[in-house]
Amino acid sequence: MAPTAPAGPGGPGARHHIISVLVENKAGVLARVASLFSRRGFNIYSLAVAPTDNDRLSRITIVVDVESSPLEQILRQLDKLINVVDIFELAPEDATERELLLATVSADPAERGQVISLVGVFEGKIVDVGRDRITVMLAGAPSKLDDFENLIRPYGIVELQRTGRVALPKLERRAARLRSVAGGSTDPAPSKIT
Amino acid sequence: MKLTGAQALIKSLEMQKVEVIFGLPGGAILPVYDPILDSSIRHILVRHEQGAGHMAEGYAHVTGRPGVAMVTSGPGATNIVTPLADAMMDSIPIVVITGQVPTTAIGTDAFQEVPITGVTLDITKHNWLITDVNDIPRVVAEAFHVATTGRPGPVLVDLPKDISNATMDWYWPSSLDELDLPGYKPQTTGDPEEVSRAAELILAAERPVIYAGGGILKARGAEALFELATRTGIPVVTTLMGRGTFPDSHPLCLGMPGMHGNYTAVTAMQKSDLLIALGSRFDDRVTGKVSAFAPEAKIIHVDIDPAELGKVRRPDVPIAGDARLVMEQILEALASQGLGPVGTVPDTGSRAATRPDLSSWLDQIRAWQAEFPLTYNQEDGGALKPQYVVEQLRDLSPDDTIVASGVGQHQMWASQYWQFNHPYTWVNSGGAGTMGFAVPAAIGAKVGRPDKTVWAIDGDGCFQMTAQELVTASAEKIPVKIAILNNAYLGMVRQWQELFYAERYSEVYLSPDLPDYVKWAEAMGCVGLKVESAEEVAPAIEKANGIDDRPVVIDFRTDAFEKVYPMVPAGAPNDDIIVGPAEGEGGR
Repeated sequence: MAPTAPAGPGGPGARHHIISVLVENKAGVLARVASLFSRRGFNIYSLAVAPTDNDRLSRITIVVDVESSPLEQILRQLDKLINVVDIFELAPEDATERELLLATVSADPAERGQVISLVGVFEGKIVDVGRDRITVMLAGAPSKLDDFENLIRPYGIVELQRTGRVALPKLERRAARLRSVAGGSTDPAPSKIT
Repeated sequence: MKLTGAQALIKSLEMQKVEVIFGLPGGAILPVYDPILDSSIRHILVRHEQGAGHMAEGYAHVTGRPGVAMVTSGPGATNIVTPLADAMMDSIPIVVITGQVPTTAIGTDAFQEVPITGVTLDITKHNWLITDVNDIPRVVAEAFHVATTGRPGPVLVDLPKDISNATMDWYWPSSLDELDLPGYKPQTTGDPEEVSRAAELILAAERPVIYAGGGILKARGAEALFELATRTGIPVVTTLMGRGTFPDSHPLCLGMPGMHGNYTAVTAMQKSDLLIALGSRFDDRVTGKVSAFAPEAKIIHVDIDPAELGKVRRPDVPIAGDARLVMEQILEALASQGLGPVGTVPDTGSRAATRPDLSSWLDQIRAWQAEFPLTYNQEDGGALKPQYVVEQLRDLSPDDTIVASGVGQHQMWASQYWQFNHPYTWVNSGGAGTMGFAVPAAIGAKVGRPDKTVWAIDGDGCFQMTAQELVTASAEKIPVKIAILNNAYLGMVRQWQELFYAERYSEVYLSPDLPDYVKWAEAMGCVGLKVESAEEVAPAIEKANGIDDRPVVIDFRTDAFEKVYPMVPAGAPNDDIIVGPAEGEGGR
């Protein structure tokens, strides 16, 4: 489950896909999903879980490394889990993705102004201030967070945490595009797999 | 009607038409054992929980109905983990009920507490921890539905003691709509376009082979397979899990492929231009080195589990669906492309009318069969050959005898030398390779089919793992028959050490006399017999077949040096098949 690719500049590239999994909101479901990835040798790049507007369902957003394991196998094995209700696969270009970053940065009084202006440029927020460090919050597309992370690194990152991304399909290309899933159909039409 | 959770559980099992529970009580499951006294369901008290699990599997193998096992929490539950893993690998529908410590004690490291739903997460098709007594009937109905539909498999229901003791208003889900399984919708019929493409490939193939697996048995599809093979004239290999799907006596049957498959079955697949995989999963023991497996073959892959399509080998025509239903669809598609039932003439102008003639392919197959039959040599007065024992068992027992086996050399000889002419007569641990499977699985099979003769062909190593269940068989009057092919070794491991570790034998010797199998059998209430030479074989088998009031164990002292051939070394291409000892390193 450990990420194999460094979260370097630009973040995960084309080899990463986003899988949005609707699951029953029942005890142990996350363990089932996580365990499946572990036992099949699939790599999770990031993972976010949250309730949906339907209180019987939760959504797990998983960014997977599709170079190390075929996306189709991941989707079909996931679909076998009884508690998985629906799966949407989002190619990066078809998804609206957002992620939240919290970082505590060294910022002695001499440098504090530069850090604050950087936060302003990225439309982030200062959420806590100490004598020689500040904590900032930034939400946005993962690549924007990567850029921000790189620019503040020279000031000294004390602690940094990212949530992993959440995603929904872009509106103009509504549903996911699944190549050869569910019976191996090569139908190019957008479809979902359950 | 008010019922306790325990009563509701037993009543739910009755509603599922469960005839028999294999189990062993303990603290956490105690409440559920009380209403068993008032139930129509037979309970068979095992001597070890692993036995209960394998009995449930054996029962499911031969009846097609789910086997049910019930055990207590903690070690009771962990003892049934191996059967769950076994059933998961071989897609056997079993329902295991485990007791659990009270909900108030869960997570406190209570006495006999094991988080069994967590432990079995990856080796069950699904499992449930019941936390509300009102859920019991619905969850039991869900458990049976999940176990028996789609790709069958094991399920586990964990029932805390306070839930068993609580009361509820009885109900029974009257339809599938009342189950809470929003994400479970197995697909059973194949995509018509893919089915039509499959029929086209079948009618265009020059060297086709049907690769028939255990999925056909789960789908009750042996009749459809017979029609498909005979109508198309395509030869059939039957995998270890699929033995009996197509009768060995039929001229189109090539027998078992794979690591210890016969030369013709292995080579026909290698040289084929079309493999029609039906309920089979391109297991590594069948394919050998995947990149060198059947290199010229197009693949039609029919499987109820869409995840199997392309998992190992990319199919040209993937069809997700029930093997029986898809075969019936393919038969219809063949008819619409001009190939009707046997005896009808292909419609002129149809695809079937211009179909390649398979006779040179079948001639080639006959030539391989003539040149490379399975062989062994039972010399007069020489050491008793295990293959000879299997052949004698086969010839002296009824044609529809059920055969169970453990795992190892004896399993391969049983599969190679028995003639499986009927489906559901071969009970075996394929994917998991569980030593000790044979004795309890045979008992479960005999419970499911008391009208049939049930032989377990076991190894001496395997027998020692689960033999205590013969006490269960004696106590419950389940007259199974056990043939131990006693070569005093962990034979398959010994074979690998001989061939691949320069005859450096490490920890494989068991001794032929320790234990004394005859005395052990007698101590367990069985008839015990010992056979040391070829001429004693037939009389002992006939004697055993004449005993129907108790189990029989025959200790056959077989040649320790005999090896299983043919053999494709692990990871090697199937073209590297070693036919016999003369070719094998260090062969005798």
